[in-house]
Amino acid sequence: MTVDLVDRILAGDVRSAARLMRGIEDSDPVAFDTLEKLYPHTGHAYIVGVTGAPGGGKSTLVDALIGAFRRRDMTVGVVAIDPTSPLTGGAILGDRVRMQEHCADSGVFIRSVATRGWLGGLARAAMGIIHVLDAMGKDVVLVETVGIGQQEVDITHLAGTSIFVLTPDSGDAIQMMKAGILEVADIFVINKADQEGALRVKTDLQAMLNMNGSTPDELKPPIVLTEAVNGSGVEALAMEILKHREFLASHGGLQKRERERARLELAEAIESALRDYISSSVDKASQEELVEDLVRRRISPRAAASEVISHLPRP
Amino acid sequence: MVPTTKLRVLVAKPGLDGHDRGVRVIARGFRDAGYEVIYTGVHQTPEQIVSTAIQEDVDLVGLSCLSGAHLFLFGEVVRQLREKGAGDITVVGGGIIPDEDIPKLKEAGIKQVFLPGTSLDEIMKWTEENVTPAGMREESMQ
Repeated sequence: MTVDLVDRILAGDVRSAARLMRGIEDSDPVAFDTLEKLYPHTGHAYIVGVTGAPGGGKSTLVDALIGAFRRRDMTVGVVAIDPTSPLTGGAILGDRVRMQEHCADSGVFIRSVATRGWLGGLARAAMGIIHVLDAMGKDVVLVETVGIGQQEVDITHLAGTSIFVLTPDSGDAIQMMKAGILEVADIFVINKADQEGALRVKTDLQAMLNMNGSTPDELKPPIVLTEAVNGSGVEALAMEILKHREFLASHGGLQKRERERARLELAEAIESALRDYISSSVDKASQEELVEDLVRRRISPRAAASEVISHLPRP
Repeated sequence: MVPTTKLRVLVAKPGLDGHDRGVRVIARGFRDAGYEVIYTGVHQTPEQIVSTAIQEDVDLVGLSCLSGAHLFLFGEVVRQLREKGAGDITVVGGGIIPDEDIPKLKEAGIKQVFLPGTSLDEIMKWTEENVTPAGMREESMQ
């Protein structure tokens, strides 16, 4: 029965794809089986990550970028990630408010995803959902992360091109010198560029980037000024994205990034399978005894862990 | 990974009325009930709402209308959902709706109508009793 579903998704059926995405989010075994069968059909879509602090205009920028790619006759998938409440498990997924321009266009598929406790700006299901959009034949998949801080770089491992969105009030030169996302973005966008301070941010950013030594297989990240709300600068941004892809393609960077992505996905799959195996194999009663021993300082956490592992059955 | 199902809800305001205070309270209520809420803002066409509901694979669409155009707009959302093979998605409505319109809305496929003064608890209770998250079962696909 999953074969039918696979065929329908490969043929671009929106309802089937949407249902599969739900199954992936819900960790449904049937969904994972279906995803296995789709995997050989992926690898076509170009993944673009859009990240940056909350309120910087990421959703509006994504909406404008959809238009820029549609004008080039490319089909577009969007994965828009918003946070899950740590208290209730609920979420308000509001990125679509700014993405109304293209929501009835059959060449565009937008999916809102809640983090469900996943850290790093993505969601556990994000890569699976990207694979589904890829298998449907989307040419570009735009991934909008949760509005994040400085350290969350997960998206840069999945994306071909990572865009970091700043605004004219994004902070001074010292913020720019800090380690993290600023070191790994491929393109910088200063959005809301009509506001005061845009050029100062650009100068600070430029100075920071000039300090980085550049290697021949990396392009110096361009800085693009945009006003996403009226589309200004968005065409230039789309060109920079395509230029970056071409550069990667001509320097072996695409394969390198694809390997990196595959390696990360494998590591996560292993960890996830091991976590499942451990949580289903550990004897809860004896674990509670160890917890008690820990509380009474009769054993150290490391020794307790070795004890648990030594009693695990062979997988 | 332990399989979990989570209800997904779309709250939307069709038509020209831009008063979204109420619908935001509803969205917040669904969030606090532990559901994933897709909020799309004001001035939506039925086409946009239907396309969003299908792409997001929601179980429930909550429509709010304070302008008086509910008979046309709500009915149109249900009609287009059915046309696209998504008639299984539950649609409810709320807003300034005269009592005599309620039977007409139900006739058009609106499962429930919530009038001003309805408590959030009532809406959440109704949802819990009447809407279940779709699973991956094949029969739920068509």
